[in-house]
Amino acid sequence: MSVLDSHIPEGPLAQKWTNHKNNINLVNPANKRNIDIIVIGTGLAGGSAAATLAELGYNVKTFCYQDSPRRAHSIAAQGGINASKNYQGDGDSDYRLFYDTVKGGDYRSREANVYRLAEVSGNIIDQCVAQGVPFAREYGGYLDNRSFGGVLVSRTFYAKGQTGQQLLLGAYAAMNRQINRGKIKAFNRHEMMDLVLVDGKARGIIARNLVTGEIERHSAHAVVLASGGYGNVFYLSTNAMGSNVMAAWRAHRRGAFFANPCYTQIHPTCIPVSGDHQSKLTLMSESLRNDGRIWVPKKKEDAEKVRKGELKPTEIKEEDRDYYLERRYPAFGNLVPRDVASRAAKERCDAGFGVNKTGQAVFLDFGSAFERYGKEKAYSSGHKNPSQDEILRLGKEVVEAKYGNLFQMYEKITAQNPYETPMMIYPAVHYTMGGLWVDYNLQTTIPGCYAAGEANFSDHGANRLGASALMQGLADGYFVLPYTIGDYLADDIRTGKIPTDSPEFDAAEKDVKDRIDKLMNAGGKHSVDTYHKKLGHIMWNKCGMARNAEGLKEAIKEIAELREDFWKNVHIPGEANNKNSELEKAGRVADFLELGELFAKDALHRNESCGGHFREEYQTEEGEALRDDENFKYVAAWEFTGNPGDAKLHKEELTFKNIELKTRSYK
Amino acid sequence: MKLTLKIWRQKNADAQGKFVDYQIDGIDGDMSFLEMLDVLNEQLVAKGEDTVEFDHDCREGICGSCSLQINGEPHGPEKLVATCQLHMRSFKDGDTIVIEPFRAKAFPVIKDLVVDRSSFDRIQQAWGYISVNTSGNTIDANTIPVEKAKADDSFNAATCIGCGACVAACKNASAMLFTSAKVSQYALLPQGRVEATERVKAMVRQMDLEGFGNCTNTGACEIECPKGISLENIARMNREFMGATTKS
Ligand SMILES: Cc1cc2nc3c(=O)[nH]c(=O)nc-3n(C[C@H](O)[C@H](O)[C@H](O)COP(=O)(O)OP(=O)(O)OC[C@H]3O[C@@H](n4cnc5c(N)ncnc54)[C@H](O)[C@@H]3O)c2cc1C
Ligand code: SF4
Ligand code: FES
Repeated sequence: MSVLDSHIPEGPLAQKWTNHKNNINLVNPANKRNIDIIVIGTGLAGGSAAATLAELGYNVKTFCYQDSPRRAHSIAAQGGINASKNYQGDGDSDYRLFYDTVKGGDYRSREANVYRLAEVSGNIIDQCVAQGVPFAREYGGYLDNRSFGGVLVSRTFYAKGQTGQQLLLGAYAAMNRQINRGKIKAFNRHEMMDLVLVDGKARGIIARNLVTGEIERHSAHAVVLASGGYGNVFYLSTNAMGSNVMAAWRAHRRGAFFANPCYTQIHPTCIPVSGDHQSKLTLMSESLRNDGRIWVPKKKEDAEKVRKGELKPTEIKEEDRDYYLERRYPAFGNLVPRDVASRAAKERCDAGFGVNKTGQAVFLDFGSAFERYGKEKAYSSGHKNPSQDEILRLGKEVVEAKYGNLFQMYEKITAQNPYETPMMIYPAVHYTMGGLWVDYNLQTTIPGCYAAGEANFSDHGANRLGASALMQGLADGYFVLPYTIGDYLADDIRTGKIPTDSPEFDAAEKDVKDRIDKLMNAGGKHSVDTYHKKLGHIMWNKCGMARNAEGLKEAIKEIAELREDFWKNVHIPGEANNKNSELEKAGRVADFLELGELFAKDALHRNESCGGHFREEYQTEEGEALRDDENFKYVAAWEFTGNPGDAKLHKEELTFKNIELKTRSYK
Repeated sequence: MKLTLKIWRQKNADAQGKFVDYQIDGIDGDMSFLEMLDVLNEQLVAKGEDTVEFDHDCREGICGSCSLQINGEPHGPEKLVATCQLHMRSFKDGDTIVIEPFRAKAFPVIKDLVVDRSSFDRIQQAWGYISVNTSGNTIDANTIPVEKAKADDSFNAATCIGCGACVAACKNASAMLFTSAKVSQYALLPQGRVEATERVKAMVRQMDLEGFGNCTNTGACEIECPKGISLENIARMNREFMGATTKS
């Protein structure tokens, strides 16, 4: 297949989804009982999809590598989830959410998908509240909202700093209900190792039982990949340690196109790297930017003294502080989108104004918020002339009620009290906007193989705004996929059970076993982590926050060499037929070593800067991203041809009929 | 820092386990406890020995995977942290640290420090949910106002990460704190009240079936819980349960 058909329905933007639903093929409830669906991943996307598909009557098998579906990486999301409910009456609407998301993505996402996302967003909140998700409430009993980077309305619903946890527990509870009914069979501590195609259609998977090492065959009429993102290709990221690309990459090798791999979101507010031992980075929710102000010292001498510990940040006078986001972007200030905030921090640190030992950190300061909230609180409780101490105490209380757990987390990790001294933050790899190419129905280029949530590419373009990944995961899982998959499955009502003793399953199982043997017997002496760290280093330095052609060419070469070395010199202790986390990591890193190369190749071919892809050669005089709509207004979808470096490029041209392409400005 | 680690090694569920001593050097106070184990595992790989298996994923105290008994305490000496949030600055140069899996009949050992906590899943499968259809035909979320204090209490109960420390800390290996947190989350919300009676009965029944012990009000669970889940939840569950069983 060389022409990509996105299957966008006809008709005006706001009616596309309704029309599509009206015309889609349905499967009779009695027939659903004869249809099996495999869902890989039990995060927000997979958990909600599995629960809903089972609710509809299909037989569902779920897989996850953790010991329980509830531990999927989605659990870690902090800030919140967007929905265009306009509960605050500040002018929000489906169109505005759609507009912000397309603009935020630097016009590299598909209009129809994004509009649908905005359209179902309100429904997500209704659904979750009905399921008992304890969102934050106002005193009147109604739901509370806050605001996130890149937008001017308050449309983010949240549960303190644990929104992902609460939403995931909701989806997990919905799954549990179906498990109890016998409609879902959950395979935990299982990893999908390969996708099985029969007559060109996805018909099952090969999985490894991570406890016994057994290789298992599972068949189904369709396979949904909701296996999350691939940010861990950088080694250090905010992702969970086990997050990986294996399921998506195995499908890619079987024919699913991989879209926009170079679009990575770097999140501006993470706890800075403290040393070589570090295994992961921790995010401080972006919601902190609602109240925290970001700055570095104005004078280089001051910055140097702060780095050496000779000067405390609180000793630097107001006029000697550079609130660089407020200075450069007066309209959005500290709430500019993530790519903009991240690059601005890097720019200041590269220029010598960084504030921690390594010079790779800026301040996130709550001083003004303590003051502002303290005055308000004192005033509203009748103290019209409060002392400065009282103001600060009250202000800290208000901030604690809002962000207490985040402050606590920061203190645990850094051993510094953020109520007394400003937090230090630095950008870190956070989210991947690229993923498996899917059409409007979320089907990949392999018939019967679907991708949902962070594993697909469709809705975020080159940049993801805050609180939009949770929204997309749940939209896909609860409200989109359950409809669109029926259209495909309507042809399968007479197929009957898919046998697992076919030559196709034999061959796929043999591939998987051979690969494991090869890893176990590589005969080298280096640990898997050594390779992962080296890969991460190449990725961060050459494919990170800023990229250039020369660095990317080097990266491609270095990654290919590293991959070759890995297969010769890696050492995996233990046995393949027992629990073996080194073997688990090895399989994942092997795929990262292929994906990394495609990532660099994609970044190299895209001669423009947009969202999370910043090519140094393409910037304005003020250092802002310079997009090239004439030549690059397309999705880059790569076809695997035997070697990641030789992947073949297919373009899906993006058409914008409802939105005018503008330079993205937050000034 | 130079440390002696006494680690429980057990090849699989059926094998006999034993403590093995490891010497480790160059440990920095900023490392997390799990990063310290990473360093140990790197050294074991270099020596061609089998690495120590332990559960972990998010490494920020939210997924509930990590579960170690450290010097006799679940998640170690610091209060209100999961093992992944424990930093080596809590230890001193020359310390000996004993590291074991969480122990309870309902949490069988899988390998080394990894235990099987699927009994927790089964308690929730028993009725740890609100029976609402996921088709999206629900009413507008603001139609039923929820008292802020109740919503906050419900949220506090819902922050349980399902780590199992409460069970490991309890001399009876009771799962009351965990189960009561789940029961409370729903019991406190109008949406969850509808089937509260059936829910509490089903969840308690499953908890007993899984072989967890009874609660004798010692309170060790609350002390060791990384999320500060309160004993009030146990009281609430008992009230709910009494109410439910006397009704029927
Ligand atoms: C720290 C942090 C904070 C965030 N905060 C926010 C926020 O406030 N708002 C927001 O909108 N977004 C946020 N995000 C982003 C958002 O959380 C994720 O993008 C989203 O949760 C991804 O959901 P998912 O269902 O696609 O995948 P995941 O939740 O990553 O789930 C992946 C699933 O796939 C399984 N899996 C993977 N590979 C395999 C395999 N080979 N075999 C079997 N199973 C497999 C895993 O076990 C897991 O169940 C945050 C992300 C991070 C890291
Ligand atoms: S109640 Fe506390 S200790 Fe018990 S599982 Fe939940 S979080 Fe862990
Ligand atoms: S690893 Fe997730 S809570 Fe510790």
